[in-house]
Amino acid sequence: MAKQVYFEDVEVGTEVSPLVKHPTPRQLVMWAGASGDYNEIHYNKEAALQEKLPDIIVHGRLKNSFLCQMMTDWIGEGGFLKKITIQHRGMDIPGKDITCKGKVMKKYVQEGKNYVECEIWTENSQGQKTAPATAVVMLPSRG
Amino acid sequence: MAVITEEMRKKAIGVETKPIILEVEKGMIRKFAEAVGDPNPLWLDEAYAKKNRFKNIVAPPGLFHSVTFYGVRPELPFELPVKRRLDGGGDWEYFLPVTAGEKLTLVNRISDLREREGKEGPMVFITYETDWRNEKSELVARAHSTTIFR
Repeated sequence: MAKQVYFEDVEVGTEVSPLVKHPTPRQLVMWAGASGDYNEIHYNKEAALQEKLPDIIVHGRLKNSFLCQMMTDWIGEGGFLKKITIQHRGMDIPGKDITCKGKVMKKYVQEGKNYVECEIWTENSQGQKTAPATAVVMLPSRG
Repeated sequence: MAVITEEMRKKAIGVETKPIILEVEKGMIRKFAEAVGDPNPLWLDEAYAKKNRFKNIVAPPGLFHSVTFYGVRPELPFELPVKRRLDGGGDWEYFLPVTAGEKLTLVNRISDLREREGKEGPMVFITYETDWRNEKSELVARAHSTTIFR
């Protein structure tokens, strides 16, 4: 695990440590089982083609979880993910990498707690932002 | 042509499920973490968990994005003519950490219903507000998730 990041270590423009995921059809099956989303467009190619999709596509909620993972990895055990807001704007196909990225937009103290707001997103292999999002985290102080 | 009238909208907003009990289990968390490919010891390593401030396996925030964490949907008081579903995104707010072994109670309510004309016909946006409370009735998380029917 990376060392703890503190409120004092970040400023506007600081990049969130990126996370690269390599979704496979097998992962989509595991996600279907773990999350309860058995929509066939995610594991049955014929069903996907019938919905006018080019191939089976990655579940939106799995991308949400990738973004959550990027944040929890970055904030470490001392941090707390307060809020995450996600839109789905594009498809991701398994077999293509998804890169989660982000940067700090604001930092402030409110009622004694340290907040950091980030703009984050998933990016497909063509550099398109398929899930634009924002995340608010709480970070500990060095004290 | 609109499929949702103002009367239908008023009838739907506020419809909520009865409280649903959800047990947060280690196995459920492990299965989730393995599916995401997230090796964080906070969700997977019990020995590590006992030594940290949470004292137990933590429920990862992504778990609140799983379909199974929502129980059943509140039933619309009418049928929609459009059946295909799309994930319309949402927001998830977290208030308290949740650990394995906790029993949560959740309630889902329809908080918004809107219609838009899409390229292929009407699109209905339903927003569900979900509250999860712990055994002390403290609000641990709240989500607003939108499903697009088209």
